[in-house]
Amino acid sequence: MTRKNVIIIGGGHNGLVCAAYLAKAGYDVNVLEARDTCGGGVAKYEFADGYHVTGLAQVVHPLNPKIAKELGIKSTGKAIDTISLGSDGRHLTLSVDAVSGKGLSAKDILAYKNFKKEFRKYAKALEPLTMNTPPRLKDMDNKDKFTLAKIGWSLRFGLGTSSMREFLRVGGINIYDVLNEIFDDPRLKGAISADAVLGHNMGARTPTTVLTYLNRLRGETYGPQTLPTSDGGDQFVAAAEKAGVKIETDVRIAKIIVDNGTAQGVELASGEIRTADIVISNADAKTTFLDLVGTQDLDAMFSQRISTTRTNGNVAKLHFALSKLPDFKGLAENEVGQRLLVANDMRYVEHAFNHSKYGEYSEKPILEITFPSLSDPSLAPAGHHVMSVSASFAPYHLKASWDKNRSAFSHNVLSIIEHYAPGISASVVAEDMLTPVDIEREFNVTGGHWHHGEMMIDQMFMMRPIHGAAQYNTPIDGLYLCGAAAHPGGGITGIPGHNAAQRILKMEGGK
Amino acid sequence: MDKPNFNQVLQHSPFFARVDELNLMKSWSAWNGYQVARVYDTVAAEYFAVRSSCSVFDMTPMEKYRIKGPDALKFLNRMVTRDISNLKPGRVTYVVWCNDDGRVLDDGTIFHLGGDGYRLCAQHHQLDWLMISSLGFDVSIEEETHDVAALSVQGPTSFAVLEAAGIGGLDDLKPFVIHHTQLEGMDVMISRTGFTGDLGYEVWVDPRHAITLWDAVFGVKERGLYDVKPMGLDALEMVRIEAGFIMPGDDFITAETAVRDGHDRSPFELGLTWAVSLDKSYYTGKKALQAEHDRPIKRRLVKLSVEGNKAPTDSFLYDGKNGMRIGAIKSNIWSPILKRNLAMADIEYQNGAEPSEIWAEIYYQKELEWKSTWAKCQISEKPFWNPPRRSKTPPDRM
Repeated sequence: MTRKNVIIIGGGHNGLVCAAYLAKAGYDVNVLEARDTCGGGVAKYEFADGYHVTGLAQVVHPLNPKIAKELGIKSTGKAIDTISLGSDGRHLTLSVDAVSGKGLSAKDILAYKNFKKEFRKYAKALEPLTMNTPPRLKDMDNKDKFTLAKIGWSLRFGLGTSSMREFLRVGGINIYDVLNEIFDDPRLKGAISADAVLGHNMGARTPTTVLTYLNRLRGETYGPQTLPTSDGGDQFVAAAEKAGVKIETDVRIAKIIVDNGTAQGVELASGEIRTADIVISNADAKTTFLDLVGTQDLDAMFSQRISTTRTNGNVAKLHFALSKLPDFKGLAENEVGQRLLVANDMRYVEHAFNHSKYGEYSEKPILEITFPSLSDPSLAPAGHHVMSVSASFAPYHLKASWDKNRSAFSHNVLSIIEHYAPGISASVVAEDMLTPVDIEREFNVTGGHWHHGEMMIDQMFMMRPIHGAAQYNTPIDGLYLCGAAAHPGGGITGIPGHNAAQRILKMEGGK
Repeated sequence: MDKPNFNQVLQHSPFFARVDELNLMKSWSAWNGYQVARVYDTVAAEYFAVRSSCSVFDMTPMEKYRIKGPDALKFLNRMVTRDISNLKPGRVTYVVWCNDDGRVLDDGTIFHLGGDGYRLCAQHHQLDWLMISSLGFDVSIEEETHDVAALSVQGPTSFAVLEAAGIGGLDDLKPFVIHHTQLEGMDVMISRTGFTGDLGYEVWVDPRHAITLWDAVFGVKERGLYDVKPMGLDALEMVRIEAGFIMPGDDFITAETAVRDGHDRSPFELGLTWAVSLDKSYYTGKKALQAEHDRPIKRRLVKLSVEGNKAPTDSFLYDGKNGMRIGAIKSNIWSPILKRNLAMADIEYQNGAEPSEIWAEIYYQKELEWKSTWAKCQISEKPFWNPPRRSKTPPDRM
């Protein structure tokens, strides 16, 4: 019996995870990546001559332990805390279970510990859903019923009555209301709410922000957040290659060839045809269906629903090359190497979001700042450093157009940092900014959205990217999704790739 | 044509002045936002005009869309279930289209207007579905319902009436073919199409010329050459059932309006298998239709002739007298020309098999007193009424 020939479109981390699993199961797997490196969001990225960042994802959580173990991917990053910068120099340090800082009440310190413990439980309770194909609610098969039963069991008996009741109460609402119930300190609430909205088109008061926060905490159940090392992408490549995956870079796909409702292979931008038994797309859903397959081979309403998924990114990534490590007021040098956050309070977070609703960038953006060169000196020339900043919000569709406003926004960001680290502007030797428009172009992600589509409740679980394509298989036979556009969505988790591989093995059978 | 007046709930077609004058019964109905005549004087007279002389029906309110652009054909072929890639310029074809699940949204006709693109006529509003379906296709879609006035001239003398009215050149016009000509200096498009199952034509003009067209056709009667009668919706309902034409929304619930699972219908279930191509390139619903095609059919909308003289309106149908209930009558008429009760009925099939014997339980009134009776029914695979003159070319000059 000949081995099943598989083409995976896109060598992002999920594509590589999926590839590795399928190759281990005996499939003949070929990954085709349009860029010159694999790893997607975790691939090392040179933004100025000699200055690199570790990738789009500047802070990551460990991979799901099952995936990490099965594929032999080790977390090499350095565990870090979050330091929420206070405009008056009173900073807060948030770690997994503890928070400290000047002016923090004992009540809030205890509340933080209990809150994290309780909410991590909710995140854990969702794990059976996370690690499985989302069940269909109509025409269920046994696997669907089993997954539903597992999640039901996990919520009811894993959490217990009172926690389940609380989870059901807060699960769909906004983080603003929940944090106001639990905490007093506005700085603490600002920092936590920033975690809930980062990478999303959401303010603290947007419904679903509890769920997005739980999504982040899921990562924390695997281990504390880390500053990734520059070989983050290489580990995925190595795991895939070890499993026997063939990887080609600089190969752009022009279209997925479909005949009579079945994927036959791909046509490369060069015109070359590559046939395959199975085609798997790690690209986002709009790219996959609307660009690569084309609406001619799809149902009208399916195409329409894909086209109306919300996929516009709202975060800009800024990179600064610095001639020296800046001095942050009130921070020791080892503290500069943590994850620094500018999100003074929940009003700050909500106001930052308000601008983006009207097509403007935030006057005072939420900033997440890291210094990757502190964990990996090779990223910058000796003695120099790189600063990586995620600035929210920076809408994909900027009313005044990005062409004319890049430097204004970048200046805006730097002047805020200047407030906390006086003199930093003088040490900037090069800078670079990726707006969502740039992320779309550079990383081949429609809308430049971190998560390949908004992680709002109507685009999650059995509705990700849309119902009818939420089980990794698609209306086109032999075509699957394995990226962040599929359940459970974005983040450097490898879970979509893992789940897709399990689903494909179940549907297509061995070898 | 009147400018749209938003204080007026129902709009007037450009023929309204004449329609209103002839509508002795002042019996009106609403159709697609227009005020249309149900009955002008008597239904029977209007009915017999279609079957034995010439009737004129104002069909302006019919939904009309113009589709143009490089992908117009590809777009339409991806929307409808029939393969229209061989539709030549100047030809018309009947089509049906479905949602993703292969459930019928509506039916209609496509006119290939050559360099002017395609006209799609539909029973119900379809602009939203057309727009949704256009994603990824280089087409322009325009609603032209209000920009085209149309009269349906039908009946055995329709050919002669149009000729006498000054619309010539129809001798060699075959069914489903379009002809362009001039009448009193205005452009007129004629298609040998209709909803009556008889010889007939549909005449399309600019709304500004509507009255001229009307007067030219009715002038034939005034000149004492042929009788011409205006026809309302009630008579149309009779002749369309005789002709076996289905009416979305009446005979079945369209997929867009169906709320309950399983209440919508596939083209197979509507007896439209002949209008479904499973060989052509992909179109919306094809995958679902392929799967359904491989399963035994569950139900069908059938043409039923019902014995006796009691109207089987809304009657339940049974597999054998007093047998299992298998369906219901959706619409029915007494056919004066065939002297029979005719109906459209939705019936269930057991394991893909037609019921052995269909009986209708009919409730009827006699002087306000309810009675019930049973009537045996017979499925008709062919249209009840399909005279040779419908397709004879050239038509007889009567």
